[in-house]
Amino acid sequence: MENTFLLGTIDWVIILIYFVFVLGIGWALKKYMKDATAFLEAGRSLPAWVTGLAFISANLGALEVIGMAASGAKYGMMTVHFYWIGAIPAMIFLAIFMMPFYYGSKARSVPEYLKLRFDEKTRGFNAFAFAIMTVFSSGISMYALALLAQVILPLKIDWNILGLSIGEFDFYLVISAMIVLVYMVLGGLTSAIYNEVLQFFLIVIGFAPLVFIGLSDIGGWEGLKANLSENMLHTWKITGSPEDNLVGVEWFGVLMGLGFVLSFGYWCTNFLVVQRAMAAGSMSAARKTPLIGALPKMVLPALVIIPGMIALALSNMDLLDLPLKEGTMETDYDKVIPVLLLRYMPVGVLGLGLTALMASFMSGMAGNVSAFNTVFTYDIYQSYINPNQSDHHYLRVGRWTTVVGVLVSIMTAYVARSFNNVMDFLQLIFAFVNAPLFAAFLLGMFWKRTTGHAAFWGLIGGTIAAAFSHGLSLPAGASVGVKGGYFGVIHTYPSEMAQNWWTAIFAFSTALVITFVITMLTKRTKTDQELKGLVYSLTPRVQDDSRYWYQKPEFLAVIVAVIAIVLSIIYW
Amino acid sequence: MGLDIKIPIGLMFGILGVILTIHGIVTGGNTEMYEQSLGYNINLWSGLFMIAFGGFMLLTSTLVRKRPKK
Repeated sequence: MENTFLLGTIDWVIILIYFVFVLGIGWALKKYMKDATAFLEAGRSLPAWVTGLAFISANLGALEVIGMAASGAKYGMMTVHFYWIGAIPAMIFLAIFMMPFYYGSKARSVPEYLKLRFDEKTRGFNAFAFAIMTVFSSGISMYALALLAQVILPLKIDWNILGLSIGEFDFYLVISAMIVLVYMVLGGLTSAIYNEVLQFFLIVIGFAPLVFIGLSDIGGWEGLKANLSENMLHTWKITGSPEDNLVGVEWFGVLMGLGFVLSFGYWCTNFLVVQRAMAAGSMSAARKTPLIGALPKMVLPALVIIPGMIALALSNMDLLDLPLKEGTMETDYDKVIPVLLLRYMPVGVLGLGLTALMASFMSGMAGNVSAFNTVFTYDIYQSYINPNQSDHHYLRVGRWTTVVGVLVSIMTAYVARSFNNVMDFLQLIFAFVNAPLFAAFLLGMFWKRTTGHAAFWGLIGGTIAAAFSHGLSLPAGASVGVKGGYFGVIHTYPSEMAQNWWTAIFAFSTALVITFVITMLTKRTKTDQELKGLVYSLTPRVQDDSRYWYQKPEFLAVIVAVIAIVLSIIYW
Repeated sequence: MGLDIKIPIGLMFGILGVILTIHGIVTGGNTEMYEQSLGYNINLWSGLFMIAFGGFMLLTSTLVRKRPKK
């Protein structure tokens, strides 16, 4: 393959050392895995800086690094909306208002909170949807890793084992899956979290030289600005009307769609990230988790978005040919990071950059598997299949769930490889299920009257609304099918992002209205006493045990908010 | 959890840092190789930074600092 990197021995040594440490962490944790709580909830004992870094690192895995660099090249500075407006307000809200319920209620998962607050069917719906979603996401992550490894690691494989022909793709897929499997079975959630912290530092230290050299090459920030069009250099200034920016969304869509519905829906209700905060050692640490994560989150765009912009600027200066999708004239933006690594990194740091990339994929996989474990063991197995067993029994089930989760992920990776559309379609359905979830949480946490029936039908109704809104619209240039329009096209959006954001807004609003109306029509089933610790007005305010005022979550929240606002003004 | 994550992080970045630093010193005279990174000996600098970072992690870990007794 012509894109193959020329790896030296030293690069291989770096990659191997990383694998040794990843497995070593799992092995060192094995002796602490004595009960299900230790395995599935990290014993609720981790310090805030560890859970905080894992909180953003779990999200930094998967396709985030590649995808954000691609968006940087396509849309420019507007991509930082995914960080500043699309994450920070939600993380602050989670820390200050929602964490006291999640952590204080002693729920072991997000679905379990839904059961305590609403009823069994709401929990069941969420648990099954989430469990399926996480295995598939983990499979997609593995598929992307194997694809990338196949392109960048020069190791030709053509084996025949028991009649099966094994190529590079199979080799990398199985090796990476087995590494994740081993460290997860050994050390459970703690292992996943520790490796996410390791991965976070690897990404920062591995990509920083790339950004430094790349920026120097085009003449620094000023050089970058000089070689990109004006509408790629602003965040808010260009959102006066959809025509002014490349995404095709005006400020209201950004603020409501991304900044409110999608961002709060993801950061505040997705168990993948919330689980990290719930693993913290105290209420104070749990509340500080998203805030400590928010500090590096705000500067991550420099490492993941700027490389995309550098690649585009280089291409505008005729210094770089952007890679094309195989067999087409379309630019393959997903390859900009590997292309830049190849261009600037000599043997040595090249291995480091590649290790960082692989680490991000593996931890994306592990994050999903760890969330799947907990939800499957507690919310599906213990609730519906085999309740009232000993703790030791559930520890064993947790371990086996890891094995099954990884195996199903491998299968999913092959499905993703053979039927690309099936994956797009599944991701679409998950998006439909996710969008209305925050409506149920918002009403449930702040209005004690909200009933279980209302939440359940709100979720169903919101999901259907999302499907309709998506099915009746199409992004410009796309054809009817998985991109929308399957119920007939009555509206065309300028971009897929615009379509996603507006679909989320419709789904959320529908869920909110349905939940409100049904609540008014149904009788309350939970008494004030039962809702204590689950609803804002019935829960005593948390007394933070920090010694000094500057250690309190509220103070940290103000710092985070101020930095986010200052950054938004500077890059207006 | 009984394992302080700072220990593996410190060890790993320390080892990788030493490897990159030595690699940087050995290949330092090879201007052709570093043309790619605009003449910066990026291996040496990254290596030194990683040694410093790894060292900081180890120094603040429970290996060096005694754990406060509860």
